[in-house]
Amino acid sequence: MNLNYLDFEQPIAELQQKIEELRFATTGSGVNLTEEISRLEGKSRQLTEQVFAKLTPWQVAQVARHPQRPYALDYIKALFTEWDELHGDRHFADDPSIVGGVARLEGRAVVVLGQQKGRDAKERVYRNFGMPKPEGYRKALRLMKLAEKFNLPLLTFIDTPGAYPGIGAEERNQSEAIARNLLELSKLRTPVLATVIGEGGSGGALAIGVADHIMMLQYSIYSVISPEGCASILFKDAARAPEAAEAMRITASDLYEHKLIDEIVPEPLGGAHRDAAGAMNLVRQKLTANLERLRHTPMTQLMSARYERLMAYGAYETVH
Amino acid sequence: MTESMSWLDKVAGSKLLTAGARKRNVPEGLWTKCASCQSVLYRAELERTLEVCPKCGDHRPISARARLKHFLDADHCEEIGANIGPKDPLKFKDSRKYVDRIKEAQSDTDEKDALIVMRGRLMGMPLVASAFEFSFMGGSMGSVVGEKFVRGVNACLEYGVPYVCFSASGGARMQESLFSLLQMAKTSAALAKLAERGLPFVSVLTHPTMGGVSASFAQLGDIQIAEPKALIGFAGPRVIEQTVRQKLPEGFQRAEFLLEKGAIDMIVDRRDMRERLFRLLAMLTHFAPAEAKPGDAKAQAD
Repeated sequence: MNLNYLDFEQPIAELQQKIEELRFATTGSGVNLTEEISRLEGKSRQLTEQVFAKLTPWQVAQVARHPQRPYALDYIKALFTEWDELHGDRHFADDPSIVGGVARLEGRAVVVLGQQKGRDAKERVYRNFGMPKPEGYRKALRLMKLAEKFNLPLLTFIDTPGAYPGIGAEERNQSEAIARNLLELSKLRTPVLATVIGEGGSGGALAIGVADHIMMLQYSIYSVISPEGCASILFKDAARAPEAAEAMRITASDLYEHKLIDEIVPEPLGGAHRDAAGAMNLVRQKLTANLERLRHTPMTQLMSARYERLMAYGAYETVH
Repeated sequence: MTESMSWLDKVAGSKLLTAGARKRNVPEGLWTKCASCQSVLYRAELERTLEVCPKCGDHRPISARARLKHFLDADHCEEIGANIGPKDPLKFKDSRKYVDRIKEAQSDTDEKDALIVMRGRLMGMPLVASAFEFSFMGGSMGSVVGEKFVRGVNACLEYGVPYVCFSASGGARMQESLFSLLQMAKTSAALAKLAERGLPFVSVLTHPTMGGVSASFAQLGDIQIAEPKALIGFAGPRVIEQTVRQKLPEGFQRAEFLLEKGAIDMIVDRRDMRERLFRLLAMLTHFAPAEAKPGDAKAQAD
């Protein structure tokens, strides 16, 4: 089994390996296998299209959590110039699971926030697997206020399994840190653009996700609780996560259909991790276009539209 | 709840229900046993003490209506959003259908959903108060809870009165998935409007207040009050224990712990809630009882 591929991608992995072997055989041997290689490449593409055309919600969740998927800092470094990371909540600590700072997008200064997972074992521990603590949310709040004060648009990249469930996090009032951000973002007087790039894990994601425009990458997920958490509560069995993923409607297309997000950013064939540069380009186009639109929206209109959108959330009925 | 049911409850049975008591909403039987000190307690007395054990002070669960009925003055009460009921936008089904869970909760509690909101008076002071019905799907917050909470805030804005919320909730309602997550943002945003108008919000955290309710409006009070020993937190103790793989400290996430850590202003006994909240709100809103006004004005003019 090829560990760079998810279980449902194994047929693709096998074809790719064959292609690699043929390429290797071609090098320096004088044998021309170009035709065979391009035939197999076509077949691989076709197979990938087939597999990705009918991903189950649980498979989408696995793509969203793929260890090679581009993370917030990958987007930040690729899309922005003059990135200066700003650290700390000024009270307790700097939380590396939320990164934030100032940078330029197509020459325009903005404030950027993102949840950052780690790439290797060491970085994963350093980043706490992308699970922020209260000081992370309070750093985020400080930078939101900075954006408002200096009239800079705020761009957030969401990618977290959720806020960290730890002893210290509770002692420092994780609840309040999240709640405060929800309240402050709802009235932050600057355009806010949120993009779910991987995992949108519950309140921990929402705490940087109240925005004027909310986008999700095609294979990202966003949910009130992780599929495993939902399954362990409702089915008393975390192994039934695939069913929970299905029931909770966690994919971008489901949430778009229910008008809970504004836009889906398409991903390259096989997901963002198969063509990071391609994914970056697609995100860049959407960010730039939406930022341009939001920048030209009068502030009062922006604020009332954001509030009305928040108040419209919900599905209930009036009974007599 | 089930564990605290004594043989007395079982023997007395449901046929001995006191007149006017709501179905299953209040513990049944004439006698019951305190889960904390094991004292045998007379039901009628517990109703007088607002479900607080007269022997040891243990705060037992109380229904939303019983709480609001006691908290607000008997006259001038008007329910807000009484006609809003839940929907099943996702056709959610786990081991059971969400619609079936709703029906069962509704028939068990006689409520449409987990939050009750009332406009009324507290010792003459006009205000809006809401309370969670924990026995309705663990007081979980879905679209109805969010909408009713906001309508409560809107009534405060309309009448220029303070808001009080008694929370008791396991968190967001999974069966409404992202719809329920977004209620956290909706309710918190509404409180921003209340703050803008200079109207106070007092959040009373009762046992238990967890997850999405704790991580939104319940932690945004101008004054944060908790009932004794209430469990309050973002993540549940079991989840934390599994994550950090160590035993949690004694009293972790209890009201007394939160007071020590600076998360709440005070712990108030349920039986003192009316007086204490009136006193606090009267100061915050410069409220003077109507009959005292002429004299005060005269005294000031002099």
